[in-house]
Amino acid sequence: MAKIIVVTSGKGGVGKTTSAAAMSTGLALRGKKTVVLDFDVGLRNLDLVMGCERRVVYDLVNVIQGEAGLNQALIRDKRVDNLFILPASQTRDKEALTPEGVAEVLAQLKEDFDYVICDSPAGIESGAQLAMYHADEAVVVTNPEISSVRDSDRILGLLSAKTRRAEQADEPVREHLLITRYNPDRVDSGDMLTLDDIREILAIDLLGLIPESEAVLRASNQGVPVTHDAESDAGLAYADAISRLIGEDVPLRFHEARKKGLLSRMFGGGHR
Amino acid sequence: MKLLDFLKRERKQSAPVAKERLQIIVAHQRSQQGQPEYMPKLERELVEVIRRYVDVDDDAVQISMDSEDSCSVLELNVTLPRE
Ligand SMILES: Nc1ncnc2c1ncn2[C@@H]1O[C@H](COP(=O)(O)OP(=O)(O)OP(=O)(O)O)[C@@H](O)[C@H]1O
Ligand SMILES: [Mg+2]
Repeated sequence: MAKIIVVTSGKGGVGKTTSAAAMSTGLALRGKKTVVLDFDVGLRNLDLVMGCERRVVYDLVNVIQGEAGLNQALIRDKRVDNLFILPASQTRDKEALTPEGVAEVLAQLKEDFDYVICDSPAGIESGAQLAMYHADEAVVVTNPEISSVRDSDRILGLLSAKTRRAEQADEPVREHLLITRYNPDRVDSGDMLTLDDIREILAIDLLGLIPESEAVLRASNQGVPVTHDAESDAGLAYADAISRLIGEDVPLRFHEARKKGLLSRMFGGGHR
Repeated sequence: MKLLDFLKRERKQSAPVAKERLQIIVAHQRSQQGQPEYMPKLERELVEVIRRYVDVDDDAVQISMDSEDSCSVLELNVTLPRE
Protein backbone atom coordinates (compact mmCIF):
# COMPACT_ATOMS: atom_id res chain seq x y z
CA MET A 1 0.00 0.00 0.00
CA ALA A 2 1.36 3.35 -1.02
CA LYS A 3 2.04 6.30 1.20
CA ILE A 4 0.22 9.37 -0.08
CA ILE A 5 2.28 12.53 0.28
CA VAL A 6 0.97 15.99 -0.56
CA VAL A 7 3.37 18.77 -1.49
CA THR A 8 1.64 21.95 -0.40
CA SER A 9 2.27 25.55 0.69
CA GLY A 10 -0.63 27.94 0.54
CA LYS A 11 1.46 30.62 -1.12
CA GLY A 12 2.09 30.31 -4.84
CA GLY A 13 5.43 30.01 -6.55
CA VAL A 14 7.43 28.79 -3.58
CA GLY A 15 8.66 25.59 -5.22
CA LYS A 16 5.95 22.94 -4.81
CA THR A 17 6.11 21.62 -8.35
CA THR A 18 9.92 21.73 -8.39
CA SER A 19 9.90 19.78 -5.12
CA ALA A 20 7.24 17.27 -6.17
CA ALA A 21 9.21 16.53 -9.35
CA ALA A 22 12.56 16.32 -7.56
CA MET A 23 11.29 14.15 -4.75
CA SER A 24 9.30 11.73 -6.86
CA THR A 25 12.33 11.32 -9.13
CA GLY A 26 14.57 10.74 -6.12
CA LEU A 27 12.23 8.14 -4.62
CA ALA A 28 12.05 6.27 -7.93
CA LEU A 29 15.84 6.39 -8.29
CA ARG A 30 15.96 4.53 -4.98
CA GLY A 31 13.78 1.80 -6.30
CA LYS A 32 10.44 2.97 -4.90
CA LYS A 33 7.58 2.67 -7.34
CA THR A 34 6.32 6.23 -7.47
CA VAL A 35 3.61 8.24 -9.18
CA VAL A 36 3.40 12.02 -9.13
CA LEU A 37 0.02 13.70 -9.69
CA ASP A 38 -0.62 17.27 -10.78
CA PHE A 39 -3.63 18.73 -8.97
CA ASP A 40 -3.22 22.17 -10.50
CA VAL A 41 -6.19 21.91 -12.87
CA GLY A 42 -6.15 24.64 -15.51
CA LEU A 43 -2.54 25.62 -14.80
CA ARG A 44 -0.61 22.43 -15.11
CA ASN A 45 3.15 22.68 -14.78
CA LEU A 46 4.39 19.36 -13.58
CA ASP A 47 4.55 17.94 -17.10
CA LEU A 48 6.98 20.71 -18.07
CA VAL A 49 9.21 20.22 -15.05
CA MET A 50 9.20 16.45 -15.64
CA GLY A 51 9.86 16.97 -19.35
CA CYS A 52 6.90 14.93 -20.57
CA GLU A 53 4.66 17.69 -21.94
CA ARG A 54 4.65 16.26 -25.44
CA ARG A 55 3.53 12.88 -24.26
CA VAL A 56 0.39 14.01 -22.46
CA VAL A 57 -2.67 12.39 -24.01
CA TYR A 58 -5.09 11.96 -21.14
CA ASP A 59 -5.15 13.67 -17.77
CA LEU A 60 -6.55 13.31 -14.27
CA VAL A 61 -9.89 14.85 -15.23
CA ASN A 62 -10.30 12.43 -18.15
CA VAL A 63 -9.77 9.56 -15.75
CA ILE A 64 -12.21 10.93 -13.21
CA GLN A 65 -14.86 11.48 -15.83
CA GLY A 66 -14.38 7.99 -17.20
CA GLU A 67 -13.02 9.13 -20.56
CA ALA A 68 -9.79 7.22 -20.09
CA GLY A 69 -8.48 4.45 -17.90
CA LEU A 70 -5.80 5.11 -15.36
CA ASN A 71 -3.27 3.07 -17.30
CA GLN A 72 -3.92 5.09 -20.43
CA ALA A 73 -3.35 8.34 -18.61
CA LEU A 74 -0.25 7.44 -16.63
CA ILE A 75 2.93 8.57 -18.39
CA ARG A 76 6.00 6.44 -17.85
CA ASP A 77 9.09 8.53 -17.12
CA LYS A 78 11.76 8.29 -19.82
CA ARG A 79 14.72 8.41 -17.47
CA VAL A 80 13.81 6.45 -14.38
CA ASP A 81 12.13 3.09 -14.04
CA ASN A 82 9.30 2.92 -11.55
CA LEU A 83 8.30 6.55 -12.08
CA PHE A 84 4.95 7.65 -13.50
CA ILE A 85 3.30 11.02 -14.04
CA LEU A 86 -0.41 11.80 -14.01
CA PRO A 87 -0.89 15.26 -15.50
CA ALA A 88 -3.63 17.75 -14.74
CA SER A 89 -6.04 19.04 -17.30
CA GLN A 90 -5.17 22.30 -19.00
CA THR A 91 -8.58 23.05 -20.40
CA ARG A 92 -11.11 22.15 -17.76
CA ASP A 93 -12.03 24.21 -14.77
CA LYS A 94 -11.44 23.26 -11.19
CA GLU A 95 -14.96 21.89 -10.67
CA ALA A 96 -14.03 18.96 -12.87
CA LEU A 97 -12.16 17.44 -9.93
CA THR A 98 -14.77 15.80 -7.74
CA PRO A 99 -13.95 14.51 -4.27
CA GLU A 100 -15.37 11.10 -5.15
CA GLY A 101 -13.37 10.94 -8.37
CA VAL A 102 -10.14 11.85 -6.63
CA ALA A 103 -10.81 9.30 -3.90
CA GLU A 104 -11.30 6.59 -6.47
CA VAL A 105 -8.15 7.41 -8.45
CA LEU A 106 -6.03 7.55 -5.31
CA ALA A 107 -7.46 4.30 -3.99
CA GLN A 108 -6.47 2.61 -7.25
CA LEU A 109 -2.99 4.12 -7.27
CA LYS A 110 -2.46 3.12 -3.66
CA GLU A 111 -2.71 -0.53 -4.62
CA ASP A 112 0.06 -0.41 -7.21
CA PHE A 113 2.61 2.07 -5.90
CA ASP A 114 4.93 2.65 -2.95
CA TYR A 115 4.58 6.42 -3.06
CA VAL A 116 1.86 8.68 -4.44
CA ILE A 117 3.04 12.30 -4.55
CA CYS A 118 0.35 14.98 -4.96
CA ASP A 119 1.50 18.36 -6.31
CA SER A 120 -0.98 20.81 -4.80
CA PRO A 121 -2.14 24.04 -6.42
CA ALA A 122 -1.49 27.25 -4.51
CA GLY A 123 -4.17 28.67 -2.24
CA ILE A 124 -6.24 27.23 0.56
CA GLU A 125 -9.43 26.63 -1.41
CA SER A 126 -11.00 23.49 -2.82
CA GLY A 127 -8.10 22.54 -5.12
CA ALA A 128 -5.54 22.61 -2.34
CA GLN A 129 -7.94 20.88 0.03
CA LEU A 130 -8.62 18.10 -2.45
CA ALA A 131 -4.91 17.56 -2.98
CA MET A 132 -4.32 17.18 0.77
CA TYR A 133 -7.48 15.32 1.73
CA HIS A 134 -6.17 11.76 1.43
CA ALA A 135 -2.60 12.48 2.49
CA ASP A 136 -0.74 10.34 4.99
CA GLU A 137 2.11 12.83 5.06
CA ALA A 138 2.53 16.43 3.97
CA VAL A 139 5.58 18.30 2.74
CA VAL A 140 4.99 21.95 3.56
CA VAL A 141 7.13 23.98 1.16
CA THR A 142 8.16 27.29 2.69
CA ASN A 143 10.35 30.17 1.56
CA PRO A 144 12.24 32.23 4.15
CA GLU A 145 9.83 35.05 3.68
CA ILE A 146 7.10 36.41 5.92
CA SER A 147 4.06 35.75 3.70
CA SER A 148 5.18 32.23 2.87
CA VAL A 149 5.62 31.33 6.54
CA ARG A 150 2.20 32.72 7.40
CA ASP A 151 0.59 30.71 4.61
CA SER A 152 2.41 27.57 5.71
CA ASP A 153 0.89 27.99 9.14
CA ARG A 154 -2.56 28.27 7.57
CA ILE A 155 -1.89 25.07 5.65
CA LEU A 156 -0.86 23.32 8.86
CA GLY A 157 -4.23 24.34 10.29
CA LEU A 158 -6.03 22.82 7.31
CA LEU A 159 -3.98 19.63 7.51
CA SER A 160 -5.11 19.15 11.06
CA ALA A 161 -8.78 19.86 10.28
CA LYS A 162 -9.75 19.23 6.67
CA THR A 163 -8.13 15.92 5.84
CA ARG A 164 -9.49 12.42 5.91
CA ARG A 165 -7.23 11.59 8.82
CA ALA A 166 -8.53 14.55 10.79
CA GLU A 167 -12.17 13.89 9.99
CA GLN A 168 -11.97 10.22 10.87
CA ALA A 169 -9.88 10.93 13.98
CA ASP A 170 -7.20 8.68 12.54
CA GLU A 171 -3.54 9.26 13.34
CA PRO A 172 -2.81 12.84 12.18
CA VAL A 173 -1.12 13.65 8.87
CA ARG A 174 2.65 13.61 9.38
CA GLU A 175 3.91 17.11 8.61
CA HIS A 176 7.34 17.90 7.21
CA LEU A 177 8.91 21.29 6.66
CA LEU A 178 10.80 21.80 3.41
CA ILE A 179 12.48 25.17 3.23
CA THR A 180 13.34 26.19 -0.32
CA ARG A 181 15.07 29.13 -2.00
CA TYR A 182 17.22 29.65 1.08
CA ASN A 183 20.01 32.15 0.64
CA PRO A 184 22.60 31.92 3.46
CA ASP A 185 24.26 35.15 2.36
CA ARG A 186 21.07 37.10 2.88
CA VAL A 187 20.49 35.32 6.16
CA ASP A 188 23.94 36.42 7.29
CA SER A 189 23.24 40.00 6.35
CA GLY A 190 20.13 39.88 8.53
CA ASP A 191 17.53 40.32 5.82
CA MET A 192 16.27 36.78 5.47
CA LEU A 193 14.52 34.73 8.12
CA THR A 194 16.89 32.08 9.41
CA LEU A 195 16.34 28.37 9.34
CA ASP A 196 15.90 28.42 13.10
CA ASP A 197 13.38 31.28 12.97
CA ILE A 198 11.19 29.30 10.60
CA ARG A 199 11.52 26.08 12.56
CA GLU A 200 10.68 27.85 15.77
CA ILE A 201 7.58 29.50 14.36
CA LEU A 202 6.13 26.53 12.49
CA ALA A 203 7.36 23.92 14.98
CA ILE A 204 7.30 20.89 12.67
CA ASP A 205 10.19 18.62 11.79
CA LEU A 206 12.60 19.72 9.11
CA LEU A 207 12.72 17.47 6.06
CA GLY A 208 15.18 19.53 4.11
CA LEU A 209 16.69 22.82 3.19
CA ILE A 210 17.03 23.64 -0.50
CA PRO A 211 19.25 26.60 -1.32
CA GLU A 212 18.35 29.22 -3.89
CA SER A 213 20.08 27.70 -6.87
CA GLU A 214 20.72 28.32 -10.53
CA ALA A 215 20.48 24.60 -11.06
CA VAL A 216 16.70 24.76 -10.55
CA LEU A 217 16.04 27.08 -13.48
CA ARG A 218 18.47 25.09 -15.60
CA ALA A 219 16.62 21.91 -14.69
CA SER A 220 13.19 23.26 -15.51
CA ASN A 221 14.44 24.72 -18.79
CA GLN A 222 15.55 21.25 -19.77
CA GLY A 223 12.60 19.41 -18.33
CA VAL A 224 14.91 17.28 -16.20
CA PRO A 225 14.12 17.26 -12.47
CA VAL A 226 17.00 18.78 -10.52
CA THR A 227 17.62 15.50 -8.68
CA HIS A 228 19.35 14.29 -11.85
CA ASP A 229 21.85 17.13 -11.52
CA ALA A 230 23.64 15.22 -8.79
CA GLU A 231 26.53 17.64 -8.73
CA SER A 232 24.39 20.68 -7.98
CA ASP A 233 23.65 22.06 -4.53
CA ALA A 234 19.87 21.84 -5.04
CA GLY A 235 20.16 18.29 -6.43
CA LEU A 236 22.14 17.19 -3.38
CA ALA A 237 19.83 18.99 -1.00
CA TYR A 238 16.79 17.23 -2.49
CA ALA A 239 18.63 13.90 -2.26
CA ASP A 240 19.17 14.59 1.46
CA ALA A 241 15.49 15.41 1.91
CA ILE A 242 14.53 12.12 0.25
CA SER A 243 16.89 10.24 2.54
CA ARG A 244 15.18 11.76 5.55
CA LEU A 245 11.76 11.00 4.10
CA ILE A 246 12.59 7.30 3.95
CA GLY A 247 13.97 7.40 7.46
CA GLU A 248 17.70 7.93 7.05
CA ASP A 249 19.49 10.36 9.29
CA VAL A 250 21.67 12.72 7.26
CA PRO A 251 23.32 15.95 8.40
CA LEU A 252 22.09 19.30 7.17
CA ARG A 253 24.12 21.21 4.59
CA PHE A 254 23.86 24.37 2.49
CA HIS A 255 22.59 26.36 5.48
CA GLU A 256 25.80 28.31 5.89
CA ALA A 257 27.28 30.89 3.55
CA ARG A 258 30.25 29.67 1.61
CA LYS A 259 33.43 31.16 2.96
CA LYS A 260 34.83 33.67 0.56
CA GLY A 261 38.45 34.58 -0.06
CA LEU A 262 39.99 37.69 1.36
CA LEU A 263 39.68 39.63 -1.88
CA SER A 264 36.01 39.05 -2.43
CA ARG A 265 35.43 39.79 1.20
CA MET A 266 37.05 43.18 0.80
CA PHE A 267 35.77 44.07 -2.62
CA GLY A 268 32.96 41.61 -3.24
CA GLY A 269 30.28 44.18 -2.59
CA GLY A 270 26.75 43.22 -1.61
CA HIS A 271 26.37 40.69 1.12
CA ARG A 272 28.93 38.49 2.68
CA MET B 1 35.20 43.52 13.40
CA LYS B 2 36.26 44.66 10.00
CA LEU B 3 35.38 48.18 8.99
CA LEU B 4 33.25 46.96 6.10
CA ASP B 5 31.22 44.71 8.38
CA PHE B 6 30.78 47.54 10.77
CA LEU B 7 29.45 49.82 8.07
CA LYS B 8 27.05 47.14 6.86
CA ARG B 9 25.66 46.58 10.36
CA GLU B 10 24.61 50.20 10.42
CA ARG B 11 21.53 49.44 8.38
CA LYS B 12 18.93 47.85 10.58
CA GLN B 13 18.42 44.14 9.95
CA SER B 14 14.95 43.28 8.74
CA ALA B 15 14.69 39.57 9.48
CA PRO B 16 14.23 39.96 13.26
CA VAL B 17 11.29 42.29 12.61
CA ALA B 18 9.76 39.72 10.27
CA LYS B 19 10.16 37.04 12.91
CA GLU B 20 8.47 39.11 15.58
CA ARG B 21 5.54 39.91 13.31
CA LEU B 22 5.19 36.26 12.37
CA GLN B 23 5.10 35.12 15.98
CA ILE B 24 2.10 37.34 16.59
CA ILE B 25 0.34 36.35 13.36
CA VAL B 26 0.85 32.66 13.95
CA ALA B 27 -0.34 32.82 17.55
CA HIS B 28 -3.49 34.54 16.30
CA GLN B 29 -4.05 32.04 13.48
CA ARG B 30 -3.65 29.10 15.82
CA SER B 31 -6.07 30.54 18.33
CA GLN B 32 -8.68 30.67 15.57
CA GLN B 33 -8.22 27.08 14.57
CA GLY B 34 -11.15 24.86 15.30
CA GLN B 35 -13.35 27.87 15.92
CA PRO B 36 -16.67 28.16 14.08
CA GLU B 37 -16.43 29.81 10.68
CA TYR B 38 -18.55 32.78 11.69
CA MET B 39 -16.18 33.93 14.42
CA PRO B 40 -14.15 36.48 12.39
CA LYS B 41 -17.37 38.08 11.16
CA LEU B 42 -18.88 38.08 14.63
CA GLU B 43 -15.72 39.73 15.91
CA ARG B 44 -15.90 42.49 13.29
CA GLU B 45 -19.55 43.14 13.90
CA LEU B 46 -19.02 43.31 17.65
CA VAL B 47 -16.36 45.95 17.12
CA GLU B 48 -18.84 47.94 15.04
CA VAL B 49 -21.52 47.75 17.71
CA ILE B 50 -19.18 48.74 20.51
CA ARG B 51 -17.94 51.63 18.40
CA ARG B 52 -21.39 53.18 18.46
CA TYR B 53 -20.74 53.87 22.13
CA VAL B 54 -16.98 53.89 22.68
CA ASP B 55 -14.14 54.65 20.32
CA VAL B 56 -12.16 51.38 20.41
CA ASP B 57 -9.29 50.06 18.32
CA ASP B 58 -9.69 47.45 15.58
CA ASP B 59 -8.16 44.79 17.79
CA ALA B 60 -10.04 45.79 20.95
CA VAL B 61 -12.37 42.82 20.81
CA GLN B 62 -11.11 39.29 21.32
CA ILE B 63 -13.50 36.38 21.24
CA SER B 64 -13.08 32.67 21.57
CA MET B 65 -15.33 29.68 21.82
CA ASP B 66 -14.77 26.85 24.25
CA SER B 67 -16.81 23.73 23.81
CA GLU B 68 -17.43 21.05 26.32
CA ASP B 69 -19.66 18.03 25.92
CA SER B 70 -22.96 19.66 26.62
CA CYS B 71 -22.42 23.38 26.11
CA SER B 72 -20.27 26.01 24.46
CA VAL B 73 -19.01 29.15 26.13
CA LEU B 74 -18.34 32.29 24.15
CA GLU B 75 -15.64 34.33 25.80
CA LEU B 76 -15.61 38.01 24.96
CA ASN B 77 -12.78 40.33 25.86
CA VAL B 78 -13.09 44.04 25.18
CA THR B 79 -10.27 46.45 25.85
CA LEU B 80 -11.65 49.93 26.44
CA PRO B 81 -9.50 53.01 26.08
CA ARG B 82 -8.67 55.01 29.20
CA GLU B 83 -11.03 57.81 29.97
N1 LIG C 1 15.64 26.36 -4.93
C1 LIG C 1 15.32 27.19 -5.93
N2 LIG C 1 16.25 28.04 -6.44
C2 LIG C 1 15.92 28.87 -7.45
N3 LIG C 1 14.72 28.94 -8.04
C3 LIG C 1 13.75 28.12 -7.59
C4 LIG C 1 13.98 27.21 -6.51
N4 LIG C 1 12.84 26.53 -6.28
C5 LIG C 1 11.93 26.99 -7.17
N5 LIG C 1 12.46 27.95 -7.96
C6 LIG C 1 11.79 28.69 -9.04
O1 LIG C 1 10.65 29.30 -8.51
C7 LIG C 1 9.59 29.30 -9.47
C8 LIG C 1 8.36 28.65 -8.88
O2 LIG C 1 8.63 27.28 -8.65
P1 LIG C 1 7.49 26.16 -8.73
O3 LIG C 1 6.75 26.25 -10.00
O4 LIG C 1 8.09 24.87 -8.32
O5 LIG C 1 6.56 26.70 -7.54
P2 LIG C 1 5.06 26.25 -7.17
O6 LIG C 1 4.97 26.39 -5.70
O7 LIG C 1 4.76 24.93 -7.76
O8 LIG C 1 4.21 27.36 -7.90
P3 LIG C 1 2.60 27.38 -8.07
O9 LIG C 1 2.06 27.82 -6.76
O10 LIG C 1 2.37 28.36 -9.17
O11 LIG C 1 2.19 25.98 -8.43
C9 LIG C 1 10.12 28.57 -10.69
O12 LIG C 1 10.55 29.53 -11.62
C10 LIG C 1 11.28 27.78 -10.15
O13 LIG C 1 12.26 27.58 -11.14
MG1 LIG D 1 3.09 24.31 -9.01
